[in-house]
Amino acid sequence: MLRELSSVFIALFLVVYLVQIYQLTKGPDAYIAFTQKLSSPGWILFHVVVLLFALYHSVTWFQSSAVVLPVRLGDRLVSRQTVTALHIVAWVIISLAVLILFLALKG
Amino acid sequence: MTTEKTTEPLWWGLFSAGGVVAAFLVPIHIVLVGFALPLGWISDSGALYRIWWVKLYLFILIVLPLYHWGHRHYFALNHMGLKSMSKLLAVLCYGGAIIGTAVTAWILLKV
Repeated sequence: MLRELSSVFIALFLVVYLVQIYQLTKGPDAYIAFTQKLSSPGWILFHVVVLLFALYHSVTWFQSSAVVLPVRLGDRLVSRQTVTALHIVAWVIISLAVLILFLALKG
Repeated sequence: MTTEKTTEPLWWGLFSAGGVVAAFLVPIHIVLVGFALPLGWISDSGALYRIWWVKLYLFILIVLPLYHWGHRHYFALNHMGLKSMSKLLAVLCYGGAIIGTAVTAWILLKV
């Protein structure tokens, strides 16, 4: 049930992100004004809740991937904990790459 | 019934692709959009959203999780005893994701 709920919050976040990008059709000022609007306590709380659900979704997704897609090395089965840990390492690297790209491209 | 059988792998494929995108990519975007920009850790005027491959990336980032959501809710609501409304649920869940796809494409092309 929590996982069902997590996808609702992720979808809500994506809608907010899309609305933010839409502001650019009215010019950079509208975009900047919208990003500033998100600094109100209500929106910060919303994003805290969304982030917690998203992290829950990520970790449980990595755990279930380790069950659904077992990894073999030769004839040895890699333990589920190791596969989950490798997913988390890949996730951290991907997140850093997105962050670096955003910092490099932002205007 | 035959159409349901033939389209089901497609929805499952979109479901898992959406799950992967949501798991690996969404949290860092929540940090950027929800905290870094509003709280002034990073400033941005949105110029990067005009780059074509950034648009393509955002299309994947936004659209695939919508199918993940649609597919998950279609089955969750069916299991919750709304099976008699199965057709309506399919229209709402998958239709919602398809409308979301069109709206996302329209906005990204317009920016």
